[in-house]
Amino acid sequence: MRGLRRDLRLIAEMIDPGARVLDIGCGDGALLAHLVRHKSVDGRGMELSQSGVNSCVGHGLSVIQGDADRDLQAYPTGAFDVVVLSQTLQATREPRMVLETLVRIGRRAIVSFPNFGFWRIRLHLLFCGRMPVSHLLTYPWYETPNIHLCTIRDFVAMCDEIGVRVERSVTLDRHGQPYSLDPRGSLANLLAEQGVFVLSENRGKINAAASTPGRRV
Amino acid sequence: MREPLRLDCGVDFGPFTIAYQTYGTLNPDRSNAVLVCHALSGDQYVADPHPITGKPGWWETMVGPGLVLDTDRFFIVCANVLGGCMGTTGPQDINPETGEPWALSFPVITVHDMVRAQKRLLDHLGIDSLFCVTGGSMGGMQVLQWAASYPESVFAAVPIAAAARHSAQNIAFHEVGRQAIMADPDWSGGRYLSLGRRPVRGLAVARMAAHITYLSEAALHRKFGRNLQDRHTVTYGFDADFQVESYLRHQGSTFVDRFDANSYLYITRAMDYFDLAAERGGSLSSAFSGTHSRFCIISFTSDWLFPTSESRELVHALNAAAANVSFVEIETDNGHDAFLLHEPELFETLRGFLTGCAEHRGLARS
Repeated sequence: MRGLRRDLRLIAEMIDPGARVLDIGCGDGALLAHLVRHKSVDGRGMELSQSGVNSCVGHGLSVIQGDADRDLQAYPTGAFDVVVLSQTLQATREPRMVLETLVRIGRRAIVSFPNFGFWRIRLHLLFCGRMPVSHLLTYPWYETPNIHLCTIRDFVAMCDEIGVRVERSVTLDRHGQPYSLDPRGSLANLLAEQGVFVLSENRGKINAAASTPGRRV
Repeated sequence: MREPLRLDCGVDFGPFTIAYQTYGTLNPDRSNAVLVCHALSGDQYVADPHPITGKPGWWETMVGPGLVLDTDRFFIVCANVLGGCMGTTGPQDINPETGEPWALSFPVITVHDMVRAQKRLLDHLGIDSLFCVTGGSMGGMQVLQWAASYPESVFAAVPIAAAARHSAQNIAFHEVGRQAIMADPDWSGGRYLSLGRRPVRGLAVARMAAHITYLSEAALHRKFGRNLQDRHTVTYGFDADFQVESYLRHQGSTFVDRFDANSYLYITRAMDYFDLAAERGGSLSSAFSGTHSRFCIISFTSDWLFPTSESRELVHALNAAAANVSFVEIETDNGHDAFLLHEPELFETLRGFLTGCAEHRGLARS
């Protein structure tokens, strides 16, 4: 687990050994390599940057060049046990459609994103009057790929709206330490710098009864 | 091969000859074989000098001791395609029934037929399972056909600068080449060998036109620009004033020394007919359903003959079939020919992919 980013470490802990995993926006393949090595998952990746893909494939990982908006549709329903989208949702053109696709092609989706409702961001905007730049949001406004930023409450509201079930949520503070705060509450929205959500498709009562909320995926 | 081969066109063809080269040693459990498939104008001389031109093997940057296709580790096989002109039976060979060269009475062959012939060769060599099948361009088409037709025999498939079907634009370019050959009076309805002639002008023009499609505008500009050939000013005539003209003429005139015009017709036709989805009722993903092969699809940014969009379509089809697939687009201005050239990123990607596959396959390190 050493060397893996805090949020990725948390995600890795949520994934069962031997699972079929798709990591979207897998970057240099750190999470994927970890899962393949330590959890023997059947791991696949998708990454936008050519250098990231080439490095992953060059290290023996099964990764394709592609983006979440365009290249997820081809996957069949239920192709993966877990689909991971970490720190990428805010960079997609159609986050809603992407989220719907994630829970279709994966039995579960794990999504992490920076919380724009984090108190430091609010204060930054309030007192500095300029677009926030932080260690999670590193780009100035004119060259940021993060075109669809949201707060945790925004995210949960969208999940409700499109019938995506929140099975589990973990909010992380500035040091990547998990809080156990209700994601629907205003405290989580204020204190969490990022959120990690385990989601599934709301397939009606029968399926909902079969999958226990909060269990490890 | 004594046993006739049932071709797509319905003909039972044979006996026939397959000419091939091997490099490295087959391991005791016969698990380290790599089949390299050559492109339209290629042949089996992957890594040793060409017997006619004396030029180095066409993939000597890739195949050899310590290279990506490491001959200390893998047993490399490359066979001249059916219909070719470097030893495998093709239209320039003698039809035993007539005692004359086959010429246009040679049956029209397909990429699938080429692969069927290669399968015969591997059966003959006692190789049931290939560690990897790889090749660029038409070689990549053969890779895809292998993966679709004999999935259980293909552990890893690496089609480079290829597509699951030949595009309208590519068929159009091939047609220009064929018409150039057939417009040459020396072609004589294809019977030029019996008459002691060779349609070298037509074949050279075909090669010149095709060669442009293997490059990119940027590469042509980088290599030649508008530079003049051995002169300081234009001649107001139709000599090869420009370096690019001189280069193309050279490409054309050297090609005819090593290639048979009728072979060119047959092989370009085989590529035109290639459409993997058509074989499966229009669904490309069903060509790969249930496959356990590991795929690595590679395209090049400046390849406009087999553009990245074609590779991406292939990737989508493989995803739909839940196949294990990697896909890399490599930044280069070398165009379609990039797969034959020094492309460090191509080498690194392929080396990493093969290392990963070898681990899964349990192949010992060299």
